[in-house]
Amino acid sequence: MAGELEFERPVMELKKKIAELKEFTKTADVDLSSEIEKLEARLEKLETDIYENMKPWDRVQIARHPARPTTQDYISYLFEDFFECHGDRAFGDDEAIVGGIAKFRGLPVTVIGHQRGKDTKENIRRNFGMPHPEGYRKALRLMKQADKFRRPIICFIDTKGAYPGKAAEERGQSEAIAKNLFEMASLRVPVICIVIGEGGSGGALALGVGNHIHMLENSTYSVISPEGAAAILWKDATQAKKAAESMRITAPDLKELGVVDEIIEEVKGGAHKDVKVQAAEIGEVLYQSLKDLMNLSEDQLIDHRYNKFKSIGEYSFLKEFIGVK
Amino acid sequence: MLKDIFTKTKKKKYATIPSETAKQDVPEGIMTKCPNCKKIMYTKELVKNLKVCFHCQYHHTMNSKERLESFLDASSFEEINANMISENPLNFPDYIEKLEKDREKTKINEAVVTGTGTVNGQKIAVAVMDSTFRMGSMGSVVGEKITRAIEKADELGVPFIIFTASGGARMQEGVLSLMQMAKTSVALKRFSDNGGLIISIMTHPTTGGVSASFASLGDYNLAEPGALIGFAGRRIIEQTIREELPEDFQTAEFLLKHGQLDAVIPRTELKDKISAILSIHQPGGDFQWQEN
Ligand SMILES: [Zn+2]
Repeated sequence: MAGELEFERPVMELKKKIAELKEFTKTADVDLSSEIEKLEARLEKLETDIYENMKPWDRVQIARHPARPTTQDYISYLFEDFFECHGDRAFGDDEAIVGGIAKFRGLPVTVIGHQRGKDTKENIRRNFGMPHPEGYRKALRLMKQADKFRRPIICFIDTKGAYPGKAAEERGQSEAIAKNLFEMASLRVPVICIVIGEGGSGGALALGVGNHIHMLENSTYSVISPEGAAAILWKDATQAKKAAESMRITAPDLKELGVVDEIIEEVKGGAHKDVKVQAAEIGEVLYQSLKDLMNLSEDQLIDHRYNKFKSIGEYSFLKEFIGVK
Repeated sequence: MLKDIFTKTKKKKYATIPSETAKQDVPEGIMTKCPNCKKIMYTKELVKNLKVCFHCQYHHTMNSKERLESFLDASSFEEINANMISENPLNFPDYIEKLEKDREKTKINEAVVTGTGTVNGQKIAVAVMDSTFRMGSMGSVVGEKITRAIEKADELGVPFIIFTASGGARMQEGVLSLMQMAKTSVALKRFSDNGGLIISIMTHPTTGGVSASFASLGDYNLAEPGALIGFAGRRIIEQTIREELPEDFQTAEFLLKHGQLDAVIPRTELKDKISAILSIHQPGGDFQWQEN
């Protein structure tokens, strides 16, 4: 199977063997059904063993899988009448972020998300889903529009990070990200963020100041990529696997750290194995999330978001002051 | 700048083939030649296709009547302020005569037609600029009629949709013309703050003061393919910077690439796309908002 990952190879091999046996019984005059049954039982156990005991690095591989569903994939399954809005009305249209208006089960919403390409050509156009300042400014423009028309906002997070480039710095990458964090704080509508792939650093967070933050089971969210962390911590980017384990970047980690509200269960082996089923799974969580948040008034929504982020962080107190006298 | 537009549109204005059999119901001639691909086609069929060339998709100029007929639901249009006409505040020679002549020629009172109507059943206030009247230039009446249409939208609590087509400010009205930019913008801001939905559809050409005011102030800024949209005229920019500008400079597609437009929408899809946008601005679903 194309795009199989190292850790799931035993599953793939067994699947192949079963398929071969089935093919064989079609032509040969032997009954192998009991053998096949046994193998299928073994496959089920193997799948459970492997997919339910995934290591952080395995999840990183799934989160980065080239066939992993993107924002646009989920948009097409989850929303009706999506109308894409381009441009920041100032400099350009950053295709690393898509956004627009749509309906979710009849409810008008604004949808925004990082967008990777499906192939090299599209990836170049979309800069591998790594935005420039105009991307964040487009996102903010659409959020303000949503606020004006009292539409809930749904953000899909899926980026390695903001693009580290010259032009991005010249046009104010930092300001653009900071402005989003600042302005998202005062939105009077529900903001729901769903990490669907890689949540890379500030580039992810710029779409991430939500009332609810959900994560797909095999997505990651971190301050820096495992490679980057390894380079800084141990001056060795090849230690990425080790970094992935120590940085606590998986969905269960973030849930434990109090950053994430819900972990959205993935299709066995990862979302790319069945986009439709995965989208339905996301749809259910989204629906419940919207229902809950729409019980809050505008002021309550702002307070709710404030309290959510205020509560993140870990600290304790000494018995005595050791500050300046 | 104005001059620029004049020459440009003159060139693009579709040529009609004189025909001896031409009757009153085909006043523009039975055949029309596309100024872009030079192919000749039946005028009637071209009109049926919303004046989009069958061969090259060139969007021929639509006047306000054709636009309203193609965009609004049949017989839903109710015009307002159709009797407002310009004064001659600067006593510009021949201005009054020129206006009279254009009124005679176009059968409309000024370069914008305003009113209310429905789009697939959804009520809107609408303003359609008409480039066949004084090049769609904006003077006191254009500014006032648009402002009143915005106020109408506010009063009725319905979206405001404007189709722009203009060479810019009306020179013969001097600074009063400039001030119409501010008047319309002030009205749009109040409407917007009251939660009003504004959709601007820029058609060929949308330039000068119109592009720098209400045309650019939509919640959704849309344009027809190939439309010329810009502030300063191409020739003035070229003379100023002493550089040749790219072929697609100031086209709708150029603006989309540079972040100024939400979308470029072919005329044949316009009604349905805008209808969908309108419906997203209606409450829906089994979700219950908390009352504040
Ligand atoms: Zn043509």
